[in-house]
Amino acid sequence: MSIQLGGVCQPGTTRVNKTGGWRTFRPVFDYDKCIKCKLCELLCPDMAVLPMDDGFFEFDYDYCKGCGICANECPTEAIDMVLEEK
Amino acid sequence: MTVIRTLDKDKMDVAEGSYAVAHAVKVCRPNVISAYPITPQTHIVEDLSQFMADGKIPNCEYITVESEFSALSALVGSAAAGARCYSATTSQGLELMHEVLFNVSGMRLPIVMTIANRAVSAPINIWNDQQDSISQRDTGWIQMYAEDLQEISDMTAQAYKVAEDKDVMMPAMTCMDGFILSHVYEPVVLLEQDLVDEYLPAYEPEYSLDPKNPLTFGAFADPTVYTEFRYLQQQAMDNALPKIEEAANEFYEIFGRYYGGLIDEYETEDADIILMAMGSLVGTIRDVVDKLRAKGVKVGLLKVRTFRPFPAEAIKNVIKDAKVVVALDKNISLGLNEGSLFTETKASLYNTKVDVPIVGRMIGHGGRDIPEKTIEDIVEEAKGIISSGINTESKYADLKEELL
Amino acid sequence: MKEIRIHGRGGQGSVTAAELLAGAAFEDGQFSQAFPAFGVERRGAPVQAFTRISDAPIRLRSQIYEPDYIIVQDPTLLEVVDIDSGAKDDGIILINSDFAPEDFDLDTNARIMTVNATKVALDIIGRPIVNTVLLGAFAGATGEVRASSIVNAVKGRFSGKIGEKNAEAVQKAYDLMAEDK
Repeated sequence: MSIQLGGVCQPGTTRVNKTGGWRTFRPVFDYDKCIKCKLCELLCPDMAVLPMDDGFFEFDYDYCKGCGICANECPTEAIDMVLEEK
Repeated sequence: MTVIRTLDKDKMDVAEGSYAVAHAVKVCRPNVISAYPITPQTHIVEDLSQFMADGKIPNCEYITVESEFSALSALVGSAAAGARCYSATTSQGLELMHEVLFNVSGMRLPIVMTIANRAVSAPINIWNDQQDSISQRDTGWIQMYAEDLQEISDMTAQAYKVAEDKDVMMPAMTCMDGFILSHVYEPVVLLEQDLVDEYLPAYEPEYSLDPKNPLTFGAFADPTVYTEFRYLQQQAMDNALPKIEEAANEFYEIFGRYYGGLIDEYETEDADIILMAMGSLVGTIRDVVDKLRAKGVKVGLLKVRTFRPFPAEAIKNVIKDAKVVVALDKNISLGLNEGSLFTETKASLYNTKVDVPIVGRMIGHGGRDIPEKTIEDIVEEAKGIISSGINTESKYADLKEELL
Repeated sequence: MKEIRIHGRGGQGSVTAAELLAGAAFEDGQFSQAFPAFGVERRGAPVQAFTRISDAPIRLRSQIYEPDYIIVQDPTLLEVVDIDSGAKDDGIILINSDFAPEDFDLDTNARIMTVNATKVALDIIGRPIVNTVLLGAFAGATGEVRASSIVNAVKGRFSGKIGEKNAEAVQKAYDLMAEDK
């Protein structure tokens, strides 16, 4: 690899860096409690909460860093933070 | 090649310096102009605004902003999108741009900017010296200093030519002494559009911002690559040395005018005393050299036209056989008590076989006028250095002791 | 080389006069340079402007300390400014005044000449703007530039009726001084 003029480079290089590996706790949905309010999707700082066709959501564990904001903000406590087994 | 200033009076108009520059910018066909008015640069941007209002600069956008910081920042985006960009400023405005200057050169954007050189505050002073641009010498901008209106006009086109060269791709400041050149009226050939078109091809950026083909500009560089970025910028500056000479030669072929590229010499061949200077002061020194030569004083002038990249080799070749060199500076590095032309010339002689006594004299700060007598006194003092050595290495040549 | 210093008050067009004079001299085939005494301009404050005229290209960038000619747009300046400073013995000081030259008691050997430029301006232009009138007087008094070149420079700057009237005033002042010369 050599440096291009002025450091111009291809965009989207952070996709390569799968930050999910940093995680200590992983968020897990309890779909029985979820009311599809979308707060978790809105508040996720890493866009790691992805909508599904049925209106529920799933986590993108490649990029979820386990910050827990979603679990903290969920109005129905539908998200559990579970210790990762590494 | 010696300096050739063909005096084709039929092509000349008596015009103001700022107008001549604005006209030169116009015929260089910029795509984006952004600037914030500040004395004594104001007339340049007023004239450009008028050209825009009259529809005389096709395919160009003038972005009005609330500060110099924003002016140059707007051009960072514009230049990244592939536009040929122009700005002009001076003094506090240039100092406010400081942070952005590094961004422009680091991102290798070939923006050209005219500096109407002025002193910096405090105390507030709107008159000429060169502290403003000299203080930006480490930011990775090419810096050239003009002697008269013809040279600052011609230098504008030359600056684009060098800055946009594929082996350079660095921004350039063309510097004219505020008021002394920006507000003077004198005969000047306003650059002809057809000749400029022949000299300066359209800018073709290597990369440009385009939503259809996204690229990242101005990204992060961690310790594993940062050093190499700086190395490449220095390499570009090294490349600029011969390119500046080439741009001057090509300009001569098309326009018939030549001022030297990096430097210019006047009566230096057998000179015992060589005065070094940059900008409008050079003209006054030429007159003094003629007067003193008529009296048998072997004095010559080395005009430093390009200060960044610093033309150390070219300077050394001129001064190596002199008996004393005096570098004149319209700036001071506080805490060193030296002007930069002096410091850098002196430094470039160390570790070489050239052993010429050199002293620095600071002069003309904050618009203090430089009459011929001040230069004659400096030459008189230099004669003493030849006979009895250096007494004071660096000092002000026009200090008013009675005010201290 | 001939050096000219123009004294006026901010707003009287001293700087414009210096520029027009440089333009006229160039039209005469000479080289020229014009610049203001770079100050903080204020309407009414004493200001100076300079012109150099030479056969050869002008390289000198210093201010003018020993002018060959001094033009005074407003005689009240004599009370506040040392208008004869550096005047040469064989030089000319041209003052806009309805008094005679001998009425001025200046400490100089330079020749003092007067012209009632205000009257010429009021009669012809209809306004007390004297800068162009004084250029005509300067041409008549010194012969350094042709009246026609001053007229052309004035017409180049002011178009239409204003230009015509200024040109007429220039010629009138030139004729007045040329008789005196």
